[in-house]
Amino acid sequence: MEVFVQQLINGLTLGSIYGLIAIGYTMVFGIIGMVNFAHGDVFMLSAFIALIFFLILTTWLGISSVALALLVVMIVAMVLTSLWGWTVERLAYRPLRGSFRLAPLISAIGVSIFLSNFVQVAQGARNKPTPPMVPDVIPLFERNGYVVALSYKQIIIMVVTAVLLTAFWYVVQKTSLGRAQRACEQDRKMAALVGIDVDRTISLTFVMGAALAAVAGTMYLLYYGVVNFADGFVPGVKAFTAAVLGGIGSLPGAVIGGLIIGLIETMWSAYFSIEYKDVAAFSILAIVLTFMPSGILGRPEVEKV
Amino acid sequence: MSAVHPTSVAPTSDAALTGGDVSAAGRRGVDLAGTLRSAVMAALLMFGLAVPILLLRTEQGPGGGLILIPRWNLVLVCCGLVFLARLAIGLLGGDQGLFSRARTRKATITVSADPAKQSGFRFAAVATPLFVGAAVAFPLIVYLLKGGLAESRYWIDLGILILTYVMLGWGLNIVVGLAGLLDLGYVAFYAVGAYSYALLSTTFGLSFWICLPLAGILAAFWGILLGFPVLRLRGDYLAIVTLAFGEIIRLVLINWVDVTGGGAGISSIPRVTFFGIPFTAGEEGFAARFGLEFNPMQRVVFLYYLILVLALITNLVTIRLRRLPIGRAWEALREDEIACRSLGINTTNTKLTAFAIGAMFGGFAGSFFATRQGFISPESFNFLESATILAIVVLGGMGSQVGVAVAAIAMVAGPELLRNLGFLRAVFGEGFDPNEYRLLLFGLAMVAMMVWRPRGLISVREPSVVFRERKSISGSLVKEGHG
Amino acid sequence: MASSDAVLEVEHLTMRFGGLVAVGDLSFACRRGDITALIGPNGAGKTTVFNCITGFYRPTEGMISLRHPSGATHLLERLPGHAITWRAKVARTFQNIRLFSGMTVLENLLVAQHNPLMIASGFTLAGLLGLPGFRRAEKEAVEKAALWLEKTGLVDRADDPAGDLPYGAQRRLEIARAMCTDPILLCLDEPAAGLNPRESLELNDLLLSIRAEQGTSILLIEHDMSVVMEISDHVVVLDYGVKIADGVPAEVRSDPRVIAAYLGVEDEEVEEVEAEVGVEIPA
Repeated sequence: MEVFVQQLINGLTLGSIYGLIAIGYTMVFGIIGMVNFAHGDVFMLSAFIALIFFLILTTWLGISSVALALLVVMIVAMVLTSLWGWTVERLAYRPLRGSFRLAPLISAIGVSIFLSNFVQVAQGARNKPTPPMVPDVIPLFERNGYVVALSYKQIIIMVVTAVLLTAFWYVVQKTSLGRAQRACEQDRKMAALVGIDVDRTISLTFVMGAALAAVAGTMYLLYYGVVNFADGFVPGVKAFTAAVLGGIGSLPGAVIGGLIIGLIETMWSAYFSIEYKDVAAFSILAIVLTFMPSGILGRPEVEKV
Repeated sequence: MSAVHPTSVAPTSDAALTGGDVSAAGRRGVDLAGTLRSAVMAALLMFGLAVPILLLRTEQGPGGGLILIPRWNLVLVCCGLVFLARLAIGLLGGDQGLFSRARTRKATITVSADPAKQSGFRFAAVATPLFVGAAVAFPLIVYLLKGGLAESRYWIDLGILILTYVMLGWGLNIVVGLAGLLDLGYVAFYAVGAYSYALLSTTFGLSFWICLPLAGILAAFWGILLGFPVLRLRGDYLAIVTLAFGEIIRLVLINWVDVTGGGAGISSIPRVTFFGIPFTAGEEGFAARFGLEFNPMQRVVFLYYLILVLALITNLVTIRLRRLPIGRAWEALREDEIACRSLGINTTNTKLTAFAIGAMFGGFAGSFFATRQGFISPESFNFLESATILAIVVLGGMGSQVGVAVAAIAMVAGPELLRNLGFLRAVFGEGFDPNEYRLLLFGLAMVAMMVWRPRGLISVREPSVVFRERKSISGSLVKEGHG
Repeated sequence: MASSDAVLEVEHLTMRFGGLVAVGDLSFACRRGDITALIGPNGAGKTTVFNCITGFYRPTEGMISLRHPSGATHLLERLPGHAITWRAKVARTFQNIRLFSGMTVLENLLVAQHNPLMIASGFTLAGLLGLPGFRRAEKEAVEKAALWLEKTGLVDRADDPAGDLPYGAQRRLEIARAMCTDPILLCLDEPAAGLNPRESLELNDLLLSIRAEQGTSILLIEHDMSVVMEISDHVVVLDYGVKIADGVPAEVRSDPRVIAAYLGVEDEEVEEVEAEVGVEIPA
């Protein structure tokens, strides 16, 4: 029981991070129907940006307030990662729009390989640990000598996720940008004909996805305290699984999917086998795509004859 | 937006948004001020991208924590290069790249004109005997140029590597190029083949020549097994599920230590024999039997011809299959699955045979890999391999056998060239290792090639049967498959 | 209408999508050697009926039986999609033409002969070895394709990709391709859509000659009344998934319910008309 509660807390934290990444997948798939394979690496890159700015703030500028540092780091990471998201879309995907269907996917794989190796070359292959951030925990209860605790980190992660998701949800539902996005999702040609700048809308979608990935990257760094150039692939796949599980194209679906994947991962590690936890993640991905491709909140696709 | 967006609409909507800046779009010739502005913007963008990641390198400090090392020179050089590159694009190609105000767009779908079709077609017809001839003569040429067998080892090894990827590319081409089933986990079958040979030979002492067909059959079996669940999937989803299967197999190979040796892999796998005669120095060895002087290179040359023969068999079988009903059904499946069903084609069986036969060739290549290396570990079968093979197929032009061969040479030999760029050390300093940039450039090249030729090098399709006159089919008509 | 010379009998066919009843309790029959037309306003459920017959949808309820001249009967709603063409010998075309556009015209016609060729190639093995039996079979297949190229006037285009053909030729090729499966019943989904009047007339001739020479029964969905009234022996009219008329063209043409359905009269008038003819349309 106590292990379960602890894993529940851990799972929801991890799930929040996955959910944030998953939104990037879901929005891009919704609008241009491609799996942005490089999104996991954008996430990894953002964690590096966050790490470097955290070091700048703490070691160079001597800011002692971790809360302030985190806030600044997150905002800077969001801005700079968005720039990456924009550039990737502009250079690697936009020229391929409307062309051969496989081309964007191959291009995205190329971007993914490029980004992870770019970070490796620029920053080295070693794990990059941060100084410990926000180490405090709140003990909830104790039983049989096992203390169930909720850490401040976990609270920060869940609160930040909730706040940002609400903000993005608002943008997509209520603003003209969100309307343009949904219009492009339905019919890009028609959207262009009624005067929507489709290129700009798609660019902004990538920017939003990258910004949320940057939040996830900052939270990941905060939570694990270490990042490596190869850390993009597996979280990326898990977040994609979350996006599909929730119903691709659906923002709340991505979050629900993320939480489910996070919970499954922590529970699997606690009760079954930690070695096979990635096997579990990939198996779930395969099972979800095969048996419930429209996910929990997605619209089922009807075969047109 | 360019392709789906009728060009007649673009200027109107853009003009509305940019405040009627249509004159720039209409102007022909070089707009120097505009190009300069774009180049400055591009350099600024580069600076923004480079700021944390390139500018500040994190290193382990003396106290154990990370310290930051600024590298202004590197960033400035990068920004300068981007500036010059953008300037060059602007001056040479007209103002239509990044940050262009003109916003003139090229239509992305270009229907290739007939001359291009014809030349591509002739190229394929001429290239095939040329390639085969060059491949057969390759060891001899290298031997003559390098003046000795031992000296030519590097080149023959490279030849073996290229031919392995040619064979893998041809195998995957059946699944992706012909049947239109996007498989991102092809390396799984390569792994099955390699582990089949490694385990069968080290546990039961079976020879390579018995294991080779067994490895193919086992891989085909796995192809069917993994094909079943994905029958209903299409496009990107199929790609992702096959990727997941590839990763699952790799992770199981890592974690199932009792059988596979885990991450340490399997070593001392028996070497290939000349149909039972080992390549050893002793009495019973190949050299002694044939009255030659022993040379360890004899085995390497034999391996070269072995993979050449295996690759050519793959090619011949594929060419044959294309002209048989099954091959035509694969291509029809790629074109329109629903129409296939309406013509009485059992799409399930058709897809599964494509998976199985593609996997079988992957299995052959895998057992060749195992006997060549003498050592295998799960890390040889990671996602990057699958991505490389898929990139070879797509770059080659889906379904084109010659294209795949050319693409394999480009993708495998290109990165190898980097190893020989030692002179760059003189430019960039002693610590510079060009090999570090191999994958980085590989990724960039993948993007660049897709932007340059999204349909691959050879995008014409050759008909499988001719009524009166052979005509090749423009790639723009050929579909890429639903799944 | 349980006549023994019916080639296709549809009985109590119902197809629901969620709460929507696309086809409700539909029964009709096609007589052997007849050209039967299935007509009705847009959204009447015609294509849904086709998709049920050709196995693309599994009907919610009902029975679809196909009788061969040999007396063998196939229950189409129980067969998997590909077996409907291969075993029961029902072929179809599509409203939005589905050709293999990157393959040549001849290849399209050979793909249609996949199953017999597959057997002749010994499920690929004999073909891979190049055995003479397969070569002969393939030659015959090309001859059959040539016959249909001749009939549809596509001989000159045999080596061109199907996607390069003009629209009308694509329609004809799709019919030729369906005929290469040797069907007993040919189902055509709006074969005249998008054709000009001359092409429409040629289509009529083609369909009549298919019936006369091959003895194939034809079931077609069509909006072009010149085609329907000209060549069909029997017309079934659907509206909102329900059969509202069934008979020879002349009868159907003057049927007030059909006129009401097509011209979209006022609701009260429909009710009047219905009261007059005594039908009950399920709510």
